[in-house]
Amino acid sequence: MYKIVSRKELNNSVTQLEVLAPLVANKAKPGQFIILRVDEMGERIPLTVAGTNPEKGTVKIIFQVVGGTTEKLNHVMEGEHIQDFVGPLGTPSELEGLEKVCIVGGGVGCAIALPIAEALNEMGAHVTSIIGFRSKDILILEDEFKTCSDKLIVTTDDGSYGYHGNVTGPLKEMLENGETFDEIITIGPLIMMKFVVATAKQFNVPCTVSMNPIMIDGTGMCGGCRLTLNQDGKRVTKFACVDGPDFNGYEVDFDEAMSRSRMYSDFEKHAYEETCNLFKKEVQ
Amino acid sequence: MAIIPNKNPMPVLDAKLRATNFKEVALGYSEETAVAEAERCIHCKNRPCVAACPVNIQIPEFIEKVKERDFEGAYQIIAKSSSLPAVCGRVCPQETQCEGKCTLGIRFEPVGIGRLERFVADYHLKNAKEAPAKVESNGKKVAVVGSGPAGLTCAGDLAKKGYEVTVYEALHTAGGVLVYGIPEFRLPKDIVAQEVDTLKQLGVKVETNVVIGKTLTIDELFEEMGFDAVFIGSGAGLPNFMNIPGEGLKGVYSANEYLTRANLMKAYSEKADTPISKGGKVAVVGGGNVAMDAARTALRLGAEKVYIVYRRSMEELPARAEEVEHAIEEGIDFRLLNNPVEILGYNNPENPRDPKNGCVEGIKCIKMQLGEPDENGRRRPIAIEGSEFILDVDTVIMAIGTSPNPLIKDTTKGLEVNKWGGIIVNEENLTSREGVYAGGDVVTGAATVISAMGAGKVAAKGIDDYLSK
Ligand SMILES: Cc1cc2nc3c(=O)[nH]c(=O)nc-3n(C[C@H](O)[C@H](O)[C@H](O)COP(=O)(O)OP(=O)(O)OC[C@H]3O[C@@H](n4cnc5c(N)ncnc54)[C@H](O)[C@@H]3O)c2cc1C
Ligand SMILES: Cc1cc2nc3c(=O)[nH]c(=O)nc-3n(C[C@H](O)[C@H](O)[C@H](O)COP(=O)(O)OP(=O)(O)OC[C@H]3O[C@@H](n4cnc5c(N)ncnc54)[C@H](O)[C@@H]3O)c2cc1C
Ligand code: SF4
Ligand code: SF4
Ligand code: FES
Repeated sequence: MYKIVSRKELNNSVTQLEVLAPLVANKAKPGQFIILRVDEMGERIPLTVAGTNPEKGTVKIIFQVVGGTTEKLNHVMEGEHIQDFVGPLGTPSELEGLEKVCIVGGGVGCAIALPIAEALNEMGAHVTSIIGFRSKDILILEDEFKTCSDKLIVTTDDGSYGYHGNVTGPLKEMLENGETFDEIITIGPLIMMKFVVATAKQFNVPCTVSMNPIMIDGTGMCGGCRLTLNQDGKRVTKFACVDGPDFNGYEVDFDEAMSRSRMYSDFEKHAYEETCNLFKKEVQ
Repeated sequence: MAIIPNKNPMPVLDAKLRATNFKEVALGYSEETAVAEAERCIHCKNRPCVAACPVNIQIPEFIEKVKERDFEGAYQIIAKSSSLPAVCGRVCPQETQCEGKCTLGIRFEPVGIGRLERFVADYHLKNAKEAPAKVESNGKKVAVVGSGPAGLTCAGDLAKKGYEVTVYEALHTAGGVLVYGIPEFRLPKDIVAQEVDTLKQLGVKVETNVVIGKTLTIDELFEEMGFDAVFIGSGAGLPNFMNIPGEGLKGVYSANEYLTRANLMKAYSEKADTPISKGGKVAVVGGGNVAMDAARTALRLGAEKVYIVYRRSMEELPARAEEVEHAIEEGIDFRLLNNPVEILGYNNPENPRDPKNGCVEGIKCIKMQLGEPDENGRRRPIAIEGSEFILDVDTVIMAIGTSPNPLIKDTTKGLEVNKWGGIIVNEENLTSREGVYAGGDVVTGAATVISAMGAGKVAAKGIDDYLSK
């Protein structure tokens, strides 16, 4: 069992937890993730390591409530425990040698991007961050990004804060104005990453994407997290949990990935409703 | 004494009934049947059955005890060679091992050695009261990576010799393929849990949720955690796909994913959160135990039609004979001498938001015929040109083998692997690294429970010799 040391709601659907897991805290690097299970009948879900405190032995995770498991997780309070917590999994992001980077995060993907931005900043790289949200009321981590970025642009789809539009807008403008980057690193909804890659491609800037397919074991056993890369005209199957989650954005077959991510949509809507009903009953 | 030509039949659940639930299919012998079956053994002089068992269980001796109704005595004989008899009695491919060489089998049916072994082991699990005695520690520490049959056996043998053993398991439950792969209806998870408990009583520590190579490396086990030796039993690895078009469609699973969802994540239970597609028409590609298990699981989850698509004929099916028989009885449709060439998906160009877009709609196969035998003596399947046809299915499960997982290899300097990625070991199961042993599927590629167990035993002996020097 793994203890929740602290809990903080970042907005009404995004929560940050610090979990006591010393072995993971010792090891985790930016770009890696953990898999957790809330209880004995629960599903295994992957969440990115959003930060660690090796002295305290804690691991920070930030998650958005989207379905049954994240809803359950959101009901675990400070001092309570979750069943399983394993990691760090996946290959750390390759940041070495990068001097000028643009981080593009969307929604809760910003939580995944934050430790990467922080690591780059610590390395002394020049960091430009573009973080996008649907609207102002779900904006998260602005201060944290401000601290580790040389330049920060916040976008909202509805224009309620910062740049009016989505993240590709300011990215494209910068590139058109002759701005250069060693690399663009983007993390967020698949559709957003697909467009960021398309923009990067236009200007020939390397672009790394962080893929988040459905996972089970996270150790390369089940093959559920597979995705297809187009490498030198060949289609190659890769496993996001061991080969990723970072991939060369130019190679990823996004259309397939988007289709596969909806594999269980109907089932999950059902599970979500059930969990919600369960909690409603408990409250009554 | 007259020879009784046929094995005492194994009582099984009715095929129609069992195809709708996850209860164990084979019910096991009663005491009377077990004794009657034991009496069939003619105690032949050269006892070929013993040599054909990968761990050389003293078969005629334990059978003799069964005949005398000394079931616990029989167990003690088996336990000298095997630490998981309740498992092996159920899942060993006996027809190619012990029973395959039984003298009686030349003219009649062989002695039901596996069934007797299962009976004796179950008897012991039910009736043994004493917890196994903990041996006093010799102060030396051994780490075991992976809690499959190889790891569990190695851990047990070392604990009995006084070593302080810690088993590290990546998943949240110990047991390896025995819990995430082989389904409940063939190997009840209670039995595996009891075997793990027995180990714990011997003093073995089991740490789940630790991925060696990630959470801790092999080097850290030595340098920071103070282990004196390490055994790697991390299993067969990543599932293979065929690299045919359509494998990225929704509704295509690897057997590992499908079985893990069903077994480990308990998707068969209404209470579990894990999703799995139930119902519909399912094609399982492959012909081994894994394919049979996936097919029979699909049936139990509610599929209306389940096909096995295999490119060779019935004779070449690598699965245990008993499982094939059970699968046929349950109504699995065997489409042999067929090879998939493409998985077809639904696409509605009118409506890109149609949720059915990207879902499996069928599997295109080509008919095969058997050609000349290859170097292994298996007749090679050859495609019959122009014979393509489409099976109408909405789920496809790939059960065509695995390739080694690179996690440990990539994080352990000096650990040599062969060109397929399997860890290289010597006859003591020592790897190219001092103090690091390995065995089971991680060395041989996907094999059997009993051979993994045997490998764990050999390594335990190697480790004991090494640390006693
Ligand atoms: C490597 C990795 C890192 C991740 N890091 C984070 C993180 O730091 N914070 C965070 O909030 N989320 C993260 N995710 C996504 C997170 O795992 C899913 O949101 C979670 O599994 C949903 O579980 P659920 O049971 O609550 O929702 P479900 O009921 O399973 O799903 C609800 C909805 O979300 C979709 N969905 C399910 N799984 C995923 C997925 N893996 N990716 C995209 N959509 C999905 C479903 O199709 C469905 O529409 C990460 C995923 C991966 C693979
Ligand atoms: C569906 C199916 C049906 C089968 N049916 C039969 C049958 O009827 N008869 C038979 O004899 N054989 C059968 N087999 C084969 C048999 O189960 C295997 O050969 C045997 O389990 C191999 O044992 P093992 O100990 O080498 O590995 P496994 O049982 O695979 O165990 C390896 C364990 O190591 C863990 N692990 C992996 N990497 C790490 C890591 N880095 N750190 C920590 N832990 C790790 C894994 O999670 C796993 O629990 C079947 C296999 C499958 C998949
Ligand atoms: S362990 Fe397997 S091969 Fe050996 S006697 Fe038992 S059933 Fe036969
Ligand atoms: S070969 Fe058959 S008959 Fe001979 S000892 Fe073994 S089990 Fe008995
Ligand atoms: S999550 Fe199972 S192989 Fe990647």
